[in-house]
Amino acid sequence: MKKIQTLEMKKISKSFHGIFANKDIDLKVESGEIVGLLGENGAGKTTLMNILYGLYQPDSGQIRINNQDIRINNPVESINFGIGMVHQHFMLIQNHSVIENIALGYKETPFFFPKIKIREKVEQFSEKFNFNIDPDKKVWQLSAGEQQRVEIIKALLNGADLLIFDEPTSVLTPEEIKELISIFRQMKASGHIIIFISHKLDEIMDICDRVVVLQKGKIVGSTDTKDTDKKSLARIMVGRDISFNIDKKKIARGRKILSVDSISVMGDKGLDAVKNISFELFENEIFGVAGVSGNGQRELAEAITGIRPIYSGKIKINGSDITNKSPRDIYDTGISHVPEERIKFGIAPGLFLYDNAVLKQHHLKKFSRRWFLKYSKIKNHTEDIIKDFNVSTHSINSQIRNLSGGNIQKLILGREISEQPQLLVASHPTYGLDVGATQFLRRHLLSLRKQGSAVLLFSEDLEEIFELCDRIAVIFDGEFMAILDSDDKNLSEIGPMMAGSKRLKKQ
Amino acid sequence: MEDIIISTLQRTMVAGTPLLLATTGEIICERSGILNLGVEGVMAIGAVTAFIVTMTTGSPWLGVAVAIAAGMTISIIHAFASITLQANQVVSGLALTMLGLGLSGMIGKSYVGKPLLIKMEDWNIPWFSDLPWLGKIFFSQSPFFYLAILLALVSWFFLERTRLGIEIRSTGENPQATETQGVNVSKLRYLSVIIGGGFSALAGAHLSISYSKSWIEGMTAGRGWIAIALTIFALWNPGRAIWAAFVFGGIFVVQYLLQPLGISPNFLAMLPYIATLLILLLISLKDPKKLNAPAMLAEPYKRGKR
Repeated sequence: MKKIQTLEMKKISKSFHGIFANKDIDLKVESGEIVGLLGENGAGKTTLMNILYGLYQPDSGQIRINNQDIRINNPVESINFGIGMVHQHFMLIQNHSVIENIALGYKETPFFFPKIKIREKVEQFSEKFNFNIDPDKKVWQLSAGEQQRVEIIKALLNGADLLIFDEPTSVLTPEEIKELISIFRQMKASGHIIIFISHKLDEIMDICDRVVVLQKGKIVGSTDTKDTDKKSLARIMVGRDISFNIDKKKIARGRKILSVDSISVMGDKGLDAVKNISFELFENEIFGVAGVSGNGQRELAEAITGIRPIYSGKIKINGSDITNKSPRDIYDTGISHVPEERIKFGIAPGLFLYDNAVLKQHHLKKFSRRWFLKYSKIKNHTEDIIKDFNVSTHSINSQIRNLSGGNIQKLILGREISEQPQLLVASHPTYGLDVGATQFLRRHLLSLRKQGSAVLLFSEDLEEIFELCDRIAVIFDGEFMAILDSDDKNLSEIGPMMAGSKRLKKQ
Repeated sequence: MEDIIISTLQRTMVAGTPLLLATTGEIICERSGILNLGVEGVMAIGAVTAFIVTMTTGSPWLGVAVAIAAGMTISIIHAFASITLQANQVVSGLALTMLGLGLSGMIGKSYVGKPLLIKMEDWNIPWFSDLPWLGKIFFSQSPFFYLAILLALVSWFFLERTRLGIEIRSTGENPQATETQGVNVSKLRYLSVIIGGGFSALAGAHLSISYSKSWIEGMTAGRGWIAIALTIFALWNPGRAIWAAFVFGGIFVVQYLLQPLGISPNFLAMLPYIATLLILLLISLKDPKKLNAPAMLAEPYKRGKR
């Protein structure tokens, strides 16, 4: 008998700084059900689940379990009610072993020699769900899929009957996603409730019995998945029809801009992260690198832009060698970079908008004279970027940390392409942005291509890769598994390639 | 010759004892994610209170107990500043050191240079103390020596083999994740800082009532700073701290051995500090990932912040 037969959220509202993140939400789930929570970024999915998990208190509304009103003041109470959550960013201690992580979360861990009892528990679970995890390994040594399983064990050990998964598939390979789905089915069969947060329509259709669509903090639709299809869900989700194709014309590529000749690069852990990769890039071309994150994309981007040393191989732009030059020298030869983790690497959050608009260009003659900056020129330049790139801000004299992610990204893109780069290296440029900003950025990448620049695009979003790219490389474990034209038949096997189980010969 | 070696090693153990105590305390504190640079000051407070209480009451053990209590109390200042107020831990720790040094100098003014007549007897472990060589070096030492080793081992056990240890270490690695598992991060950090303060004060007590049996201002002589360096050298592991502390004890003692060779005593007095710089230099050549430093050491943690 499960502790939770039904769980109801009634008229839940929550606002931050006067803006509703959730408004009058009603949600009911029952034992043995998989419910999808679908919505764009910022639709309020995570807020709603954080309320259920006790991280936030609702402004108004009621939560009921088995028709009894309850209050959840913190995660511990939530766990005691039988609710578990697998966060998008795993709540694991990277430097500790699997056992220690599980011991930390488990209520009945004994005080002395906790590892002995936990080891038994982990082994029991591994067998039951067919997990294959070495309990003595440190978490950082595990793949994302394995870390997720550790989180699942943590939740189930504490007796969770309702499990919330926040975007669980975003870090997994297609193979791992399949395994996760079978774990879901197994849990469903034993009466667990699963709430599955996602913005990916395919997965929702695949996995869930029922789907609830959120938009701007409100429920705009709720239906059984068997009664609907992808297209109508998409329409409900964004409130209008979206086309899955951007208008992309074929353009003949121009002369060669970049040549990367069998480079190898070390990762942070001192192991090879990029292994002997070679490719070329041409004018009027978008070259996409697809793959699950952590397979060398970051290191490759950093090597090309000069942030990370290359220990063998060569990179040339227009025939001149730029291997291991300083990032500024490389920028000055015409390579721009839109980095991943925009807040961490793309901006200086405490500086003003106009400072951030010339972070890379302030040494140019037009913005400075000897040691002094020409602020009037810089501010004019900033105003131009803001106008051209639709950055919405009330003033350029405010700190950039006050802007939303989408607006920050637009400003970064504006800064990076204002000097007409020959090559733009863009790492996950639309990650975490809403549909509007995403479309805006993609259109700009395409117009850059039209103007004769080359774009090197790193993305985990396959839809984005297919939409934008002329050629696609698939990266796994620091190597290219294939480089394919956008109309290549082999693209249908991109999943196995991303998982490293299929490899095409070099062309 | 044999006598010289035995007495050198014996004094090595004595000199290493306060280093081991202070290092063990700092390891516990830093494992919870709080950097405490106040060790030197808390040691001084411990030394002066132990000395005064022992002298006036005649009971060295009461002196030790009061010293520990004083060290724990004054450490609350650092805990409050760095945990509750989320202040910069370097600044707060330095302030604690200055406060402790100043306060101990003031309190102890009238006791400077007075000899302590009450003796804490060495413990001769039956049978073992009769062993040749080893008996003298390891088994007829002051109680502080045995206590230091015992506490280091117990600390290791607690950190590595109990639930509390996992919680403390998790707090230092990732306080946010630890909090979501229902652990009270602030409470654990307070506990760790206060325990660490007790250890530092105990080390100070050893200096004044057992090691030199007198009190002068500044008698801690940088040992607190060396303990902070040893914490890194021991890779935050109390087990490793045992031999690291006694190696440094040896460096303290070896200067007396080298004096007859005609090397300037002023130069020899620098040895422990030069050695400290050297190990910090050596250890920073190591890959920082393999150092095992608590990931969130010295990072203020605010609840509910993303």
